[in-house]
Amino acid sequence: MLFAIALGMAAVAARGDLALDARLKTLENELRCLVCQNQTLAESNAPLAEDLRKEVRELAVAGKSDDDIRAYLVARYGDFVLYKPPVKGTTYALWFGPFVLLAAGIVAWFTVLRRRARMPADDAPDDALATIDAAAGARARALLDD
Amino acid sequence: MRWLRWSLPLAIFLVVLGFLFVGLFRDPREVPSPLIGKPAPAFSLAQLHRPEQTLTTQDMRGQVWLLNVWASWCVSCKVEHPLLVDLAKANVVPVIGLAYKDRPEDGLAWLAANGDPYRLSIVDRDGRVGIDFGVYGVPETFVIDKGGVIRYKQIGPLTADALRQTILPLVRELQKS
Repeated sequence: MLFAIALGMAAVAARGDLALDARLKTLENELRCLVCQNQTLAESNAPLAEDLRKEVRELAVAGKSDDDIRAYLVARYGDFVLYKPPVKGTTYALWFGPFVLLAAGIVAWFTVLRRRARMPADDAPDDALATIDAAAGARARALLDD
Repeated sequence: MRWLRWSLPLAIFLVVLGFLFVGLFRDPREVPSPLIGKPAPAFSLAQLHRPEQTLTTQDMRGQVWLLNVWASWCVSCKVEHPLLVDLAKANVVPVIGLAYKDRPEDGLAWLAANGDPYRLSIVDRDGRVGIDFGVYGVPETFVIDKGGVIRYKQIGPLTADALRQTILPLVRELQKS
């Protein structure tokens, strides 16, 4: 009976740890390792990354939310630690620039299409042939038949 | 409108070229610290030479000082060290040494071998204070003003140029105020 309770408690504790591990894993994958800059905190083996993982875990165990932990790191290392930069004044160009460019491209595309539609077509065969006089038509046919 | 045909792409090209050109001279390893202009994080650390005594941020109030983060295991710390020794001789500004993630005995041996330019040395055994200061690559050097505000951060080894052109002029200006 006691054994069963102990087993049950161990299982609950383990499940809590697993949930925490999963949460930390997700969080650490969004954070940059400052030493090896193209790796995340989760991937890096740098000593500083190890320390920061420890720090992040302790903050999480102390009941801090993911946002608190992100704010803690940003206060020390700047927005650079976030792989997903925040939307603010200095990052508007980064976040919205591509959409502005896309819109500009679509506008340019339609302008060109419309201008092209207004121009006389080069290859409208029926109208063009009708204006050619019979003699020229016969000559063309003779050349083609050769 | 016809002139737009060639001038617009040219303008865009020149802007991109400008950005790329500026990018050539920027070091991606130097991450601007968000702590510049903010109060130095509070710490209370054991001194390297007298472990029973501590030094706190508060103890340095009222003077301009440098905090030099170094370690005996750090290779490029050896590169900047002669500059610090010279600086100590000139006696213009107190430098506090922070032995980052270092064993006290290793730190003491290193200072005995290379000269001790520090007014005081403190030990950050587990790197906690380093994290508070946003340290990510030793050596790093902070300029801290009389009010305890961080004014400048040098990432990587000090250079004679950085000292002469940036750090010392800043120190002199801060000492006047």
